[in-house]
Amino acid sequence: MGNDRLALAALVAPAIAFLIAFFVFPLLMMARTGASGPDGLATYLTILVDARYLASLGKTVLLAGTVTLTTLAIAGVAGVFLARHRFPGRRVLTAFLTLPLAFPGVVVGFMVILLAGRQGVVGTIAEALTGERLVFAYSLAGLFVGYLYFSIPRTVLTVMAAAEKLDPALEEGARSLGAGRWRVVRDVVLPGLEGALLAAGAICFATAMGAFGTAFTLATQIDVLPMVIYAEFTVGANIAVAAALSFVLGAITWAVLAIARTAAGANVAAAG
Amino acid sequence: MTTPIRLQACGFTHADGTCALQPTDLSVEAGETLALLGPSGCGKTTLLRLVAGLARPDPGGCVLFDGRDVTDLPVERRNVGMVFQSYALFPNLDVAGNVGYGLKIRRVPPGERAARVARMLAMMRIQELAHRRVDQLSGGQKQRVALARALAVEPAVLLLDEPLTALDAKLREQLRVELAGLLRSLRITAIFVTHDQGEALALGDRVAVMRAGRIEQVGSPHEIYHRPRTRFVASFVGILNLLEGEVADGLFRLPGGSLPASGVAPGPAVLACRPEQLRLDPSGTLAGRIAAAFFLGDRTRLVVEGAAAQPIVVETVAAAPRPGEVVRLAAEPGCPWPLPPA
Repeated sequence: MGNDRLALAALVAPAIAFLIAFFVFPLLMMARTGASGPDGLATYLTILVDARYLASLGKTVLLAGTVTLTTLAIAGVAGVFLARHRFPGRRVLTAFLTLPLAFPGVVVGFMVILLAGRQGVVGTIAEALTGERLVFAYSLAGLFVGYLYFSIPRTVLTVMAAAEKLDPALEEGARSLGAGRWRVVRDVVLPGLEGALLAAGAICFATAMGAFGTAFTLATQIDVLPMVIYAEFTVGANIAVAAALSFVLGAITWAVLAIARTAAGANVAAAG
Repeated sequence: MTTPIRLQACGFTHADGTCALQPTDLSVEAGETLALLGPSGCGKTTLLRLVAGLARPDPGGCVLFDGRDVTDLPVERRNVGMVFQSYALFPNLDVAGNVGYGLKIRRVPPGERAARVARMLAMMRIQELAHRRVDQLSGGQKQRVALARALAVEPAVLLLDEPLTALDAKLREQLRVELAGLLRSLRITAIFVTHDQGEALALGDRVAVMRAGRIEQVGSPHEIYHRPRTRFVASFVGILNLLEGEVADGLFRLPGGSLPASGVAPGPAVLACRPEQLRLDPSGTLAGRIAAAFFLGDRTRLVVEGAAAQPIVVETVAAAPRPGEVVRLAAEPGCPWPLPPA
């Protein structure tokens, strides 16, 4: 018995060491660094009352939330459609949809510039139609489009997997009892996809909260939280504030994932 | 609640061009229970889905409820009650929620809805399960909830797709009796799909035997069993012994002896008999050796070799001979009988 325990402890030890070295220790270090500035622990209070940080935080949460909801709406419809219908080119289309997963955020940002930048396609078409050049790549709208672009693929895949598991007899059962199309969506399809939508939504939110590459590429007028952290860290050398902001960003994201995990009762992987 | 159903020239072709059902005519009387019986892929479920409105017949086909053309009405507007093989209970609702779902859709006020749900649960004898989650139910309980849910909306027609298939043998037997009683007492027009001939013969007022997208015969269980119109019906329903021999001088000569064969043209012939139409009889004219004996409780099923080219199945309620023993067989009057055309 004692030997078994010893063996078990020996087997678990590397995992625990890894967890401590690469997760607990850096987190504690960052939390401590956050309180190491001239204001001490009050740094945390400062970033929650300072108008600039608060605005950035609010904007980031709002952006991530909007991206999440929009992604769920688009990917939900597309995922169910792709899972339900067999048509020529379906596999190719599904493969194309997952293509953005391969691009780093910088490339996604670059693509948004090509689309809606000063020389972008949207601008050229808008100028031809209205005489005015439409440029939104460098605003929150540009970020929104970029984030949608890399959020939709993973959500579509999750929804497809869940939709394929839905029993079509459930929908037919509801219809036989008199439920119309929308009623079936509300009473059968959405509850059936609830777990997948919550899981995909949580990851989508977490990714959008922490995404940096796209914001960095587009950044002219945008101050989402990761950008502010970067600026404080590199330009301002304000290490304490950067650490405190990072800690808050992590805490909010973690909280959303935790809530989603509780609600779904399923496994929602915390995104890195 | 009693609605006659008629199908006129209802065929169904899948999008890929495969024909699931040839154009078919079928009538179900008001209050009648019709069993659709056949092997898998014979089109019986397709036929049920056409009646339900879950599928549309090919152009030219027409579905009539009580003389009214409902071909263009989707399932949600046909007022049918359906019971699925998988039961299709809503996992996010409890038992009462499932049973009351159709009433909720029909905007039945909550008070009246609760009363009707309670009545349904009482009828199915599952009152105590009202607030149970459906994943906590046994197969038999799910089956009862599915029936209660389908009947709660007082449908014009009850449609059941393999309603008992997912249950174990004993429970299936018990629910078959209950279902028969329920259908009789409600006098609701019902169509049910099954591949189990015992179920079809026991539950159906009439049975439609299907094969390869067409109905081979519609008739009472008695007619289907005793006067099959095609060779397929004869062999699909019940056990059938096929005897190859030669008819001469009013006798049907077989390797192990002979059986009387009146009214059959002389020459080589394939005649048929059911196991219960043969009996063990020391003075019988056909001899064979017992190859196997299966004790079924109330009777014993014997496989007799050597009497005919193929082993013959015979059933006896008396003490059964052991494998290896030589027995003599005699036939009931009218047996063996000529097979219907293929």
